[in-house]
Amino acid sequence: MGSVSKFLRGSGMRVLAAALSLASGVAAEQNDARGEAFPSTYRPAAAPPLAIVGATILTGTGVEIPDATLLISNGVIEAVGAELAVPEGYVRIDGRGKWVTPGIIDAHSHLGVYPSPATPSHEDGNEAVAPNTADVWAEHSVWPQDPKFRLARAGGVTTLMILPGSANLFGGRSVTLKNVPAVTTQGMKFPHAPYGLKMACGENPKRVYGSKGRSPATRMGNVAGYRKAWIDAADYARKRDKWEKTGKAGDPPKRDLQLETLAGVLKGEILVQNHCYRADEMAVMIDIAREFGFSIRTFHHANEAFKIAPLLAKEDICVATWANSWGAKMESLDGIEETAPMIHAAGGCAIIHSDDGLLIQRLGQETGVAMTAANHAGLSISRGEAIKWITANPAKAMGIADRVGTLEPGKMADVVLWSGNPFSVYALADRVWIDGVPMWDRADPRYQAPSDFLLGQPGQDFAR
Amino acid sequence: MTCRLLALAALAFATSASAETIAIVDARLMTMTAAGEIERGTIVIRDGRIAAIGADVAVPAGARVIDGRGGTVTPGFIQADSTLGAVEVSQVPTSADRATHSAAISAGFDISLGLNPDSILLPVARLAGITHAVTTPLYDDRGGRDLQFAGQAAVIDLAQRPDMVTRPRAAMVLEMGEGGAERAGGARGSAIVALRATLADVRHFAANRVAYDRGEGRPQRLSHVDLEALIPVAEGRMPLIVKVDRASDIREMIALAREEKLHLILDGAEEGWRVANDIAAAQLPVILDPLADLPRSFSELGASMENAARLHAAGVTIILKTGSGVAHRARELRYGAGNAVAWGLPYGAAVAAITVNPARVFGVADRVGSLERGRAADLVLWNGDPLEPLSQPQAVFVEGLEKALTARPLELRDRYLPSAR
Repeated sequence: MGSVSKFLRGSGMRVLAAALSLASGVAAEQNDARGEAFPSTYRPAAAPPLAIVGATILTGTGVEIPDATLLISNGVIEAVGAELAVPEGYVRIDGRGKWVTPGIIDAHSHLGVYPSPATPSHEDGNEAVAPNTADVWAEHSVWPQDPKFRLARAGGVTTLMILPGSANLFGGRSVTLKNVPAVTTQGMKFPHAPYGLKMACGENPKRVYGSKGRSPATRMGNVAGYRKAWIDAADYARKRDKWEKTGKAGDPPKRDLQLETLAGVLKGEILVQNHCYRADEMAVMIDIAREFGFSIRTFHHANEAFKIAPLLAKEDICVATWANSWGAKMESLDGIEETAPMIHAAGGCAIIHSDDGLLIQRLGQETGVAMTAANHAGLSISRGEAIKWITANPAKAMGIADRVGTLEPGKMADVVLWSGNPFSVYALADRVWIDGVPMWDRADPRYQAPSDFLLGQPGQDFAR
Repeated sequence: MTCRLLALAALAFATSASAETIAIVDARLMTMTAAGEIERGTIVIRDGRIAAIGADVAVPAGARVIDGRGGTVTPGFIQADSTLGAVEVSQVPTSADRATHSAAISAGFDISLGLNPDSILLPVARLAGITHAVTTPLYDDRGGRDLQFAGQAAVIDLAQRPDMVTRPRAAMVLEMGEGGAERAGGARGSAIVALRATLADVRHFAANRVAYDRGEGRPQRLSHVDLEALIPVAEGRMPLIVKVDRASDIREMIALAREEKLHLILDGAEEGWRVANDIAAAQLPVILDPLADLPRSFSELGASMENAARLHAAGVTIILKTGSGVAHRARELRYGAGNAVAWGLPYGAAVAAITVNPARVFGVADRVGSLERGRAADLVLWNGDPLEPLSQPQAVFVEGLEKALTARPLELRDRYLPSAR
């Protein structure tokens, strides 16, 4: 709209008509996979510089520093280390006896698209009407007033990827959010985070569509569905490329939301986030990616990933999983506590995710379960390494590792101050900062405001 | 490697109440009896029974000694509201016997019949220190939300022996609140009327058995099998587990229990803290999930992490559980108890809520839930704080049987762990 109104001010009607046509053409071309549509309106407020002093700090880079200081200014990490001097004018926060980690990042969430209260009125996570709905975007289903965002914030979660559900082979685009209170989803969007494409293997798509008497009804039907879609996407991408390379002569090929998203994957701009439990199915998905020349960024849930840990490490595919979840269905029967640690030990990118409104509140504990079980089995995994599973590694999986996930200087100051060891059941997030701005304080009701939905409802007279 | 060798060694004395003497020494002992907590003590187990327990107990000559230094011994944990023994894979109906959709058998459904001691889930739960479960029927609503009662729960042990039922028919399960309303046509008022009518039917049936057997009783909404099963409920001899969350629903049930002279156990009670004093005055025990803080429905808007702590503070007997009908994720019971502590529940109360409280409420306190001389050993030695994910069990005894610390997931793990580690 900006360019349109500029032309409007300076031109007569004929110019205006031309300008409108040009502007809409440009807009149509820009609003493709590059993320300019529905742009983020999130702008962190200004906040004074601060220093957290005397805490045990897990930096997210593999390091645990006792009695350390963290300096934050201008919304970014300024410095971290032992024996850092606190510059004048910094708000000083006593971290003695407490722990500091990067803000927790959940690589698999349905907050907002499956909100509380759970009512069909706003359970908008699965466009389960066709096996390929790559055209839908999760952000258009997110209800920012979902009370679970606040509960997750109280659990130290500062960034989360909201995915469509797993009913479809291609479920649609994910959206990455900063966990800040906002009235609009755009007000939560992580600026310029790449999109993800939710894909699903296995039981869910074949059950959903098989029960409707249509394909896919089997795993081989699933695979045929993926391949047909990628053939169409390659064709679409080739026509678009040809038009662009030939000087954009003539009418551009008509945009197709579904194929645009798939073409974005082929161009490497959209990251494949693939719900897939079984090792053999993951191997098939890797071959499909090879056949069509794209890469899979993350296998989600992936209860059997431990069986092919070296392959996943070699392919540089992250594994987002749990420690405790198994056995709900045949494809998850072989889930073990040590999946993430075994990926880690193979040199891969291990992630503990939630996929759940309760677990998202205590991802540190779930990580502690995996770490402890692995060390009991003879692996040697430090706390400094394990914290990466809910910080640096999900940031990598979501394509935002250059901005969040560690406490390295220059990164966004998304930080949690814990009452104790963050892998312990007794640890609570005392304070949370997002881009250096206080967003949660367990001792200060000003940072605990309920969502609009809960305001004035019964039983809100105590903080949760 | 050490752990694997230990596990292999444990296999040698896997499941028999061996005629041997074992001494767990130098451990903190949480007895859950009047003896309280013994900071550093010894438990002697002879032929599966606790022969001695205390701070000044001598280790008998020839005893196998288990070093408990730095560790804690607790009674075996009891997983309430579980489906252990009645399910293998949740979404494979033929592998599950936890619910019925037979219209003729709702209250009559007896989950203690047909349980599977070979379930691969039982050893997994044991690794979390769980030695018993209250295996509790769920509703199967595939045919519609029609059944009034889910059936009868049973207390089971996880020793994996043929006779796994500690107490059959330990309680009847009924959903009220918004779920009960849906079962009764869509309104709470209808559900309460239906329950009163059912109780009247049951009493009439019990008082006129001969006539009914001759086919002369008055028409009944429930089958004779269901009416029969409900007689002890109507007479206050069998506890009725009532699933309710909203504060007003809890008050309704308290009033109904008083009028109908029922023996109620509240289950869920996510807004229980809002009526904690009423629950305490009515002396109703509460089974609750300490992690349930989501306003998941309009009956749970007041759900709070502090529910457990506030109910306990009001004097209510609480039992902690993991979700609803938990089986695969039973390992999380102790973590949930730890979280309740983080949100204000005293530590001892949290341990009581997964040991002696459920044992008492479900009528098995003479066998499990506390450490006492003369009892079959039902206990767990932990290498640290039993409520922490950072701790693991070092020895597990189920009613006198020492169990190997292994399970199918560990076998899978070991099959794929790189050998060069």
